[in-house]
Amino acid sequence: MSTSSPAASVGRNVPRVDGIAKVTGAARYVDDLPSLPGELHGATVRSPVARGRIRSVRLDPSFDWSDVTVVLAADVPHNIVAVITEDQPILAADRVNHAYEPIALVACADRHKLALARERVLVDIEPLPAVLDIPSALAKDPVVWGDDNVMKRYLITKGEAEKAINAAEFEAFVAQHEVVVRGTYTTHHQEQLYIETQGMVAYWDDAGVHVVGSLQCPYYVHKAFTKAFELPAEAIDVAQAVTGGGFGGKEEYPSILALHAALLAKKAGRPVRMIYDRKEDIEATTKRHPCLCEVVTGCDRDGTLRALAMRVVMDGGAYVTLTPVVLSRGTLHAAGAYGWPHVRVESVAVATNTPPNGAFRGFGAPQTIWAIERHMDAIARELKMDPAKLREKNMLRLGDTTATGQKLALSVAADKCLARALEVSGYAEKWARGPVIVGRKARGVGLSLFLHGAGFTGSGERYLKGKVAVDLEPGGRLGIRTGSTDIGQGTETVFRQIAADAAGIGLDAVDFAVPRTTTVPDSGPTVASRTVMVVGSIVEGAAREIGVMVEAERAVGGGSFAAAGDRLLAKGPVSLLRQYQPPDYVVWDDVTYKGDAYPCFGWACDIAEVQVDLDTFEVDVLDFWSATDVGKAIHPVMCKGQIEGGTLQAVGWALWEDVVWRDGRIMNPRLTNYIIPTALDAPPFHIELVEEPFPFGPGGGAKGIGEMPMDGGAPAIAAAVEHATGVVMDSLPLLPERLLAAHGAQRNAS
Amino acid sequence: MRVSFVVNGSAREVDLPPLTRLLDALRGPLALPGTKEGCGEGECGACTVLLDGEPVNACLVAVAQCEGRVVTTIEGLGDATHLEPLQRCFIDHGGAQCGICTPGMLLAADALLARRPDPSDGEIREALAGNLCRCTGYQRIVESVRQAALLREGGAR
Repeated sequence: MSTSSPAASVGRNVPRVDGIAKVTGAARYVDDLPSLPGELHGATVRSPVARGRIRSVRLDPSFDWSDVTVVLAADVPHNIVAVITEDQPILAADRVNHAYEPIALVACADRHKLALARERVLVDIEPLPAVLDIPSALAKDPVVWGDDNVMKRYLITKGEAEKAINAAEFEAFVAQHEVVVRGTYTTHHQEQLYIETQGMVAYWDDAGVHVVGSLQCPYYVHKAFTKAFELPAEAIDVAQAVTGGGFGGKEEYPSILALHAALLAKKAGRPVRMIYDRKEDIEATTKRHPCLCEVVTGCDRDGTLRALAMRVVMDGGAYVTLTPVVLSRGTLHAAGAYGWPHVRVESVAVATNTPPNGAFRGFGAPQTIWAIERHMDAIARELKMDPAKLREKNMLRLGDTTATGQKLALSVAADKCLARALEVSGYAEKWARGPVIVGRKARGVGLSLFLHGAGFTGSGERYLKGKVAVDLEPGGRLGIRTGSTDIGQGTETVFRQIAADAAGIGLDAVDFAVPRTTTVPDSGPTVASRTVMVVGSIVEGAAREIGVMVEAERAVGGGSFAAAGDRLLAKGPVSLLRQYQPPDYVVWDDVTYKGDAYPCFGWACDIAEVQVDLDTFEVDVLDFWSATDVGKAIHPVMCKGQIEGGTLQAVGWALWEDVVWRDGRIMNPRLTNYIIPTALDAPPFHIELVEEPFPFGPGGGAKGIGEMPMDGGAPAIAAAVEHATGVVMDSLPLLPERLLAAHGAQRNAS
Repeated sequence: MRVSFVVNGSAREVDLPPLTRLLDALRGPLALPGTKEGCGEGECGACTVLLDGEPVNACLVAVAQCEGRVVTTIEGLGDATHLEPLQRCFIDHGGAQCGICTPGMLLAADALLARRPDPSDGEIREALAGNLCRCTGYQRIVESVRQAALLREGGAR
C-alpha cells in the first residue's frame, strides 16, 4: 500500500453522489426526459366493476379516431404478465377480476384529445358476484380464483407441532399450559405513496424495444417483455430513470406499465410516454396485503413462553403477483423475536376481486409482527407483567433456535437493542409511572421488539445467482455495473464506498453505471433488504480482486495505482463478472419449511411515547426511539434516514393511512383523503445504531436495513395508546373513530 | 394570452391559455423540469415555487396570475458550482433521498429562512407541513434546515 492510500470511505457520511443533481433540480426523472420525436401520450381504459364478463369493447363511431392508437387484448402477442403464476393478463380479454383492471390502451399526441378518447372506448361488462374480503374468499362465496380461492399455503411446525396431526390437536396441546392467551389481529391495505407516480417511456427501433422509467427492478421488466413479445434478451433494453421512491410499489408493477407503453409504441410506430396521475396510481397499483392472524399461546406463570399456534390469512387481491413470497416472509416472521419450543404457523393467501396486492417494504413481516407483538402485550396484560420484562425473558439469543429450526450462530442483537432502547427512552420509569393525564390528554409509552430476515428467504439467493460486473477504467478508476437500483435509499453512494475501500482507492475514483439491461448484469431485484448485504458483498469481492491485480502490477512495475492500472489495461480489458455465493451454512428445505430461513437477521427495539386526546381520541406521537442493529453502518446518516423514513411509514399505517373501499372500488384515491404523515405529524426520531456485524456482509459486516423499520412502529404505538388510555387495539388503523368505538365497547364490557 | 414575468432573475414571456397551470408553463415552454408534480391538487407540495418570495403550489396557480411577478424555481437557487447553504445541508445531512420532493422542500425552506433566519424545530416543521416526503421521516430535513440556518447566520451566504 502506498502512503497516499486514500482515507476509508465506509463508515463515513460522505456526500451522496446524486445529491447535487437532486438539490439543483438537474436530476431527470422519467417525466422530465425530453420528448422524443413524434412522441405520443398513452392512457389506460379500466374496468369500472370488481368482477364481470366483458360483452364488448367498441370505439364510439362518432369520435375521430384518425390520430389515436388503440390497443386491445387481441393485439397482445402473449397476453400474460410474467411474474410467478401466469394468471394475470396484460389487458383483460373476456373477464375482469378487479376494478381498474386494464382493458384497452389509447395513445395520442394531444393530451386533451387523449382524455376524450379514453372516454369514448365503450366497454360493456356484465357484472358478476365478487369476493371483496378474506371471509368471503375463505367461504368460497363465490370461487373467483382456481378451485378454492387459495393462492398459496405454508406450514411451519416445531416441537410437539411436528407430531400433531392437525391444528386442533396442536391447539389442544397449547391449551394445557399454565397460562393460555388467545387473540385475533388484523391489518389493512396500505399504499406505498412514493411521491413520484409511476411512469414509462417506450419506443421500438431496429435493435428491438427500449423502455426507460421509474422502477426498482429492470430485469423484472426484461422478463415480462421476454414472455409477452418473445424477443431475444439483447433486443430488450430496459433502463432506469432517476426514481422518486418505490418502497416495493415499483418492484413488480412497472412491468405492466412498461408493457402497456411498449404495446402502444409498437402499434403506433412512435414513442409513447405513460405517466400515471395520482388517482390512477393509487387506484391501479399494488398495496400492502391485508392480513388476519389468529393466535393461541401457552406459557408458564412466570412468563416463560412455551407454545405458539398461529393461523395467518392474507388477501392477495385478484392476481398472484408476488403474493406467495409475501406470505412466505410473513409466515417466517410470525413467531417474532422469541424462542418457542413448540410452534405451528399455518398460513394461506386467498384471492379477492380487488386490485392485486404486492410488494411493500416489510413484505408480509409487518403484518405478522403486528400480531405477535400485540399478542406479547396481551400475555403481559394477562400476567400483569411489564411487557419489556416479558420480552427480555423470551427474546432470541445467540445459540437459540427459531421456529424453522434455524440455530442462531451469529449476529444476534435482540438483547443489545432492547437494552439500548430502554436506556435512551427512559421507558422503565415511564411505564412504571403509568399514564400521565393532564386535563383531557393522556400520555403513555409502548414498545416492540422484532427481527427481520435480511436478503432472500432460504434458497432464494442460490436460485437467483445475482451478478455484478466491476471494470478497471483508465486512470485507476473502477466502474460498477449492477442491476441494483438507487431509488433514493443511496445504493449509488454506498456501493461506491464499498468498492473504494475494497480496492484501496478514493470514492471519487469509482463510477456507477445507469442500470440498463443491455449494459449491466442481473444482480437480482432491488428488494428484500438485499442490496447492500448481498449485492454489496459481490461488489466488494470484485473490487478487491481488481485492487489486488493492480497492486500486483504496481509491485512489479512501480508507479501510482492509476499508472499500474493503465499498464494492465494496455494489455487488454480488465472486467470481472462475479456471482453471489451464499454462506455455506445456509441450508433450507422449501418443502418442509425448515432450516436457515435467512443467512442472518437484523434486530430492533422501537419505543413510542404518545399523547391521546381523551375527547377526540386523536393520537400525537411525541417521541420515537429505535435501537436498530444494522450489522455495520456503511453510511450512518443514510442508515438513520432509512430507519426514520421506514418508521414513519409504519406510524402512518398505524394512525392515519386507510384505503376506503366500496364495492371493490377505492373511495379515497387522492392525497386529499389518503392521509400520509406531514412534518408536523412526524415525531422527533431518536435512532441508536447498534452494530452486531454479519461476518459475510460487506464493509465489515453490513446487514439489510431497508425493510425492518416498517415492522415495529405500529405495535409500539398501539402499546403506547393502550398504556395511555387502557384501550386495547388489535386491529389497525388506530383512527380516532375506531379508538372511540373500542373505548366504548371495552368500557361497557368491563 | 401573453404573460410576462421574471423567472429566476430573467424576464420571460409565454403565450398560453390564461388558465394554464404555472407548473405546466414551467415544465413545458420555459423548459424548467426541476419543479415536480406529485398530486396536481395542492396537497403534496412537490411543485412548490416562490411567487414574489412566497411559496405557492405551481399546480394551483394559473399562469395569468403571474403577469409582472417574480417566480423562483429550484433552478433559481444555486447551481452545481454555487450551492446555497440550504442545498449543501440537504446533501450533507440526509435531507434528500429519492429527491422528488426536494425542489419544493428547498423552496419552502428558503422562504422560511428568508423571513425567520433562526427558526425553531417546530417552526421548521410547520413551514414544511405542506411538503410531503415519503422517504426521510422528515428528521433529516429538519436537521438540514437547522444546519443551514446556522451556516447562513455564520455568513456563509
